[in-house]
Amino acid sequence: MNSNLLFDFTVNKEKKTIHIKREFDSNLELVWQAWTTAELLDQWWAPKPFQNKTKSLDFKKGGMWHYAMISPESETHWCRFDYQDIDVKKSFSGLDAFCDENGNINTDFSRMLWQNIFSETPDRTTVNITISVDTFETLEKIIAMGFKEGFTMGLQQLDELLLILKR
Amino acid sequence: MEIRRDIFQAIADPTRRAIITLIALQAMTPNAIAEHFDSSRQAVSKHLQILTECELVTQKQQGREIYYQLEVNKMKEIDKWLEQFRKIWETRFNQLDNLLETIKKQKK
Repeated sequence: MNSNLLFDFTVNKEKKTIHIKREFDSNLELVWQAWTTAELLDQWWAPKPFQNKTKSLDFKKGGMWHYAMISPESETHWCRFDYQDIDVKKSFSGLDAFCDENGNINTDFSRMLWQNIFSETPDRTTVNITISVDTFETLEKIIAMGFKEGFTMGLQQLDELLLILKR
Repeated sequence: MEIRRDIFQAIADPTRRAIITLIALQAMTPNAIAEHFDSSRQAVSKHLQILTECELVTQKQQGREIYYQLEVNKMKEIDKWLEQFRKIWETRFNQLDNLLETIKKQKK
């Protein structure tokens, strides 16, 4: 973990958008792979202590990533991300949703539109994310689903992992 | 049917956001607030009612007039909650940092 890496998180309450900007200490090739291949996404997408498990991923316009986030108590949240536009190693956009094991969308939650833009500097890669929501209540519901409780535990696990990696 | 009232609903409307900005400076009577808007006195009153139900504003009696004032602490709830969302991303990205590091080492 490198604390020198830029991390910006801003919210435009009027436009109902969330802007996230983050630098990664790797080349574009690798960062793009981490965002678009199931094997790698499963290793970082779910915030600990949740586990991520991909059922299918079809990375193309109109394709979808169907995955589950599983809590330590084995509670499973099925999600899908429907890819809209893809510009390889530059950007991709799409709609997320909660769903069931078969991909049927849960209409209790409004969907969020994501646009992720990737850019490379000589030694780093920056990812710019814009998330548009219908209402902030959607986000509130998502947090209430259990990420909040899991978060503190997750940080501790991360600290432990870092200690092991440093040895 | 029970209508859900919360701070997110309160800030979802442009007129209500304008009212919040107005009374953030000083407590005001419904008439004084309505003067700032083209909409009817009745419409403004409806917005004030929603803001009250969301507990973002409270009324206080001063002489013969009723004043609406902003509950600043309630506004802070929105920020607290967004902070949690930010932390989820922090965790996620730290995980990605570790993964990228691991892959780079394997390639060497």
